[in-house]
Amino acid sequence: MNHSISLTVNGVRREIALHDPRVTLLDLLREQLDLTGTKKGCDRGQCGACTILVDGRRINSCLALAVSHDGADITTIEGVARGDELHPLQAAFIAHDGFQCGFCTPGQIMSALGLINEGQAGCDAERIREGMSGNLCRCGAYDGITEAVLEVQQTLAADKERRVA
Amino acid sequence: MKSFDYVKPASIAEAIAAAVAPGAAYLAAGTNLLDLMKGGVSRPDRLVDVTHLPGLDAVERLSDGALRIGALVRNADLAHDAAFARDYPAVAEALLSGASAQLRNAATVGGNLLQRTRCAYFYDVASACNKRVAGSGCDARGGDNDMHAVLGWSEGCIATHPSDFCVPLVALDATVEVEGKNGRRELRLEDLHRLPGTTPEQETVLEPGDLIVALRLPAAARGFASHARYLKVRERTSYAFAVVSAAAHLTLANGRIAQARIALGGVAAKPWRAREAEAALAGQEATTQNFRRAADVALAAARPSGDNAFKIELARRIVVRALNLAAAGTPERIAALPASPFSIHPGALHDA
Repeated sequence: MNHSISLTVNGVRREIALHDPRVTLLDLLREQLDLTGTKKGCDRGQCGACTILVDGRRINSCLALAVSHDGADITTIEGVARGDELHPLQAAFIAHDGFQCGFCTPGQIMSALGLINEGQAGCDAERIREGMSGNLCRCGAYDGITEAVLEVQQTLAADKERRVA
Repeated sequence: MKSFDYVKPASIAEAIAAAVAPGAAYLAAGTNLLDLMKGGVSRPDRLVDVTHLPGLDAVERLSDGALRIGALVRNADLAHDAAFARDYPAVAEALLSGASAQLRNAATVGGNLLQRTRCAYFYDVASACNKRVAGSGCDARGGDNDMHAVLGWSEGCIATHPSDFCVPLVALDATVEVEGKNGRRELRLEDLHRLPGTTPEQETVLEPGDLIVALRLPAAARGFASHARYLKVRERTSYAFAVVSAAAHLTLANGRIAQARIALGGVAAKPWRAREAEAALAGQEATTQNFRRAADVALAAARPSGDNAFKIELARRIVVRALNLAAAGTPERIAALPASPFSIHPGALHDA
């Protein structure tokens, strides 16, 4: 049975025919839309490598059926830079050595974007670590990841203060 | 994953009609169900997607003072609802201590209540499990069982219910609105989950087609807001299920306890309300000594189901600590490490 859905992926509206309701958002992105930046780690919701934003919220795309997300607005790692200009989080991950092998990095950055959108952690390193606990890093680059997210949070907070003043 | 028919009903009535069929299962966020389907643990023939049903995602105050929470409200949205966290702080803390931010953003209130045990033998389809296949045996009994139940277990099943959310809810007399083929009914959350007995495959009292549409917290639940805590011991600080957890709620008058509400998690196949311990505290002073006596009462019927005798003493201590924290008062803001008894700062009681 065919199921058709429409998704907005990184700002582009796509009409998608699903030939099987078992397809997850993760497999749809990687296998059907050739967006392989989103990684398949555990495929069971434990590692966070597949984190994407759906309607602005971070979720594990491996545990989301595509057929259930008709009309969703999806952002993947391919959609965060502006052309050749890196997103501040991407630049901060490089500046702070927030990765080694890089496999978890797209999920880490999408999760950090979600964390910042949620606005619950602020510039508290412990709240950032807690808020990022759904993203595992096999290389153990956690210190750099925390520093990168903290730096972007601090920059955002300073910008906000400047705007208010 | 086994194939299935996908059904997207337009109304609750359509959903129930589609889900009454044998082999049908409701799909909400799918954070537990899809995981189980990928492992072949759950093998539904039909998924009835309820995520788009209208009217199930509201949080509303009812005329009798109760709070009604729609079954499709996401865990993160409820926990971060400022009014909710103010009125039911231990519930918000329990929600934030569960899973990861990604999962909380997706997982629904109704789904949380109906999540399945994380017993490794339930998850491993090569193992014997009476819950997964009735009458097949229980490999957990002679296996790695240090995380298993110490209360209410049977020879047939020693699994625990994994929800954090349910623990303070059951302490606060939450009820569940269920719609089924014979209409709508309300039942106590405490009565939703069954103890295993000789039928561990029957986990809840729900009938085929029954759909949880809302959760209710009675008006009295708000009365504990200033002395409410949830405390959870995990094998790591974050993103882990409870080894043992406890929700403690108190009302205090003239230095004495007027009412106590206590429940335990990670100890049984259902969230475990400790009514006798509550009764033991009524009219008593809020002292560690009295809390210790109450904890003894709460765990009086506990017995190990394997290599888990340590959980009984651990549960006692967590009850005492949760009660002490509740007596000290609900913090203004939920701790950075929600429900954690540990801190990354040596010597500091981070949750205090």
